[in-house]
Amino acid sequence: MDARIGIRNTKSTLFKGLIVFLAFLITLPLIIVLLYIIKQGITQVNWHFLTHVPAPVGETGGGISNALLGSFIIVVMSSIVAIPVGILAGIYLSENPGTKLAYYSGLCVDILQGVPSIVVGIVIYFWIVKPLGTFSAISGSVALAIMMLPIVIRSTEQTLRLLPPSLKEAALSLGVPYHRVIIKVIIPCGFAGILSGIMLSIARIIGETAPLLFTAFGNPYLSSAITKPMETLPHLIYTYATSPYDEWHNLAWGASFILLMFVLLLNIFTKLITRKWNIQL
Amino acid sequence: MEHTVVSATNFNAWFGDNHVVKDVTIGIEKNQVIAVMGPSGCGKTTFLRCINRMHELIPGATAKGSLKLYDDEVYTMNPIYVRYKIGMVFQRPNPFPNLSIYDNVIAGYKLNGLKVPKAELDNIVQKSLTSAALWNEVKDSLHKKGTFLSGGQQQRLCIARAIAMEPEVILFDEPTSALDPISTSSVEQLFHELKTNYTLIIVTHNMQQAARVSDKTAFFYLGELVEFDNTKQMFTAPSDVRTQNYITGRFS
Repeated sequence: MDARIGIRNTKSTLFKGLIVFLAFLITLPLIIVLLYIIKQGITQVNWHFLTHVPAPVGETGGGISNALLGSFIIVVMSSIVAIPVGILAGIYLSENPGTKLAYYSGLCVDILQGVPSIVVGIVIYFWIVKPLGTFSAISGSVALAIMMLPIVIRSTEQTLRLLPPSLKEAALSLGVPYHRVIIKVIIPCGFAGILSGIMLSIARIIGETAPLLFTAFGNPYLSSAITKPMETLPHLIYTYATSPYDEWHNLAWGASFILLMFVLLLNIFTKLITRKWNIQL
Repeated sequence: MEHTVVSATNFNAWFGDNHVVKDVTIGIEKNQVIAVMGPSGCGKTTFLRCINRMHELIPGATAKGSLKLYDDEVYTMNPIYVRYKIGMVFQRPNPFPNLSIYDNVIAGYKLNGLKVPKAELDNIVQKSLTSAALWNEVKDSLHKKGTFLSGGQQQRLCIARAIAMEPEVILFDEPTSALDPISTSSVEQLFHELKTNYTLIIVTHNMQQAARVSDKTAFFYLGELVEFDNTKQMFTAPSDVRTQNYITGRFS
């Protein structure tokens, strides 16, 4: 009897050891990638790098200011479209879970989330770029907004669904009209969750390259004209990393580092606000 | 019956095809505590939720018949006005987690965007919390979140929130079933004090509670109002055999 218990205990210990080891193992790829990009990229980054446009081949120096500005403008434009629409759609889905419309639009959201980003790019190319006759920041923003929508919708929906129905009843029983219940009670109570969904969706689209290849396209000059081609961080990395020049490779490493840091900080920041603003139910 | 506050005549309610409240006729007088009891699924909570028109918020829920607040037909009034006049306290304490204790009490004003001077709000908060026997416990932490309070305190906060709107009637849907015995007795104590200003209708599973707190008791069974009488009368000499069976524990 004692011997069998001993064997069981050994098995338990082995199993525990195994899952701890695997949990550690999955952090390795991230750590290795992080370290490598930091090692390659951090030396490139300085004030000059952040405030200048890429230098032509053969010249030293040059930076990524055009891509920084472009990524910023395009992400802001996508957010202006996708966030309000996404939140409102998420509210509808969480409020009316049984309806046909909710079922089908929920299905569409899931499918949209699964559409490869390059396909979104092609569609926008035919819808906007071709009719307008030029690559533009607007078309890039539309493509990214489409990528962003399902994430915002689903995270809003899931956050609001976790709120107890008694909360809504409490407000309704005080004679508060439905739209004020949503604005004054439901959204504030789910605010941390909605916000973290938004941040994660931004972190997701900031690194999207494929849909930008035939929409925003890229631009070696500093440009803030939204109807003209615009450079973005991922697109800059793509073009410069595939070039044959070492200076340009370094530029790509530096841009990768900046992009990575941005995504990393956004994720950490999201975790912090969720913890800080989370409402104890 | 000149003091009748809430009266129902041949009132029916459904969930889809499920007829849950059948032909209820009842008159509830001012400044009384009415207990509504009956086994699970007898329609007592549904009936309660019809009184402030919370019933219709559930998809598929319908109601028919006459239900009056004084002389006004509840089902032709604006539901928002009905809910101003008829407050409600729920089974589980549900203070707004995003609001402070202070703001929870005046939630009815705040969430409706009603403009009330600050001094008056202070007054409403103090008065309501005092009426709900919570003022002394929370007067130093009015600006803390309401969810930091214990379950019993939260429930009294919800009562204060209902009182703050100065309703005619307050509905209680099993208000103590999620509370421990000490909190329960403090809430029950409140009923006695509240009835001087309000009419209370309390749904309860607990027969002892009905006997302790109420002036009159309504017994619902399978959607029908079987008996409605003075509580003492009901618990000592019920006129209907079903009431007798329920009180003596022959079915539940």
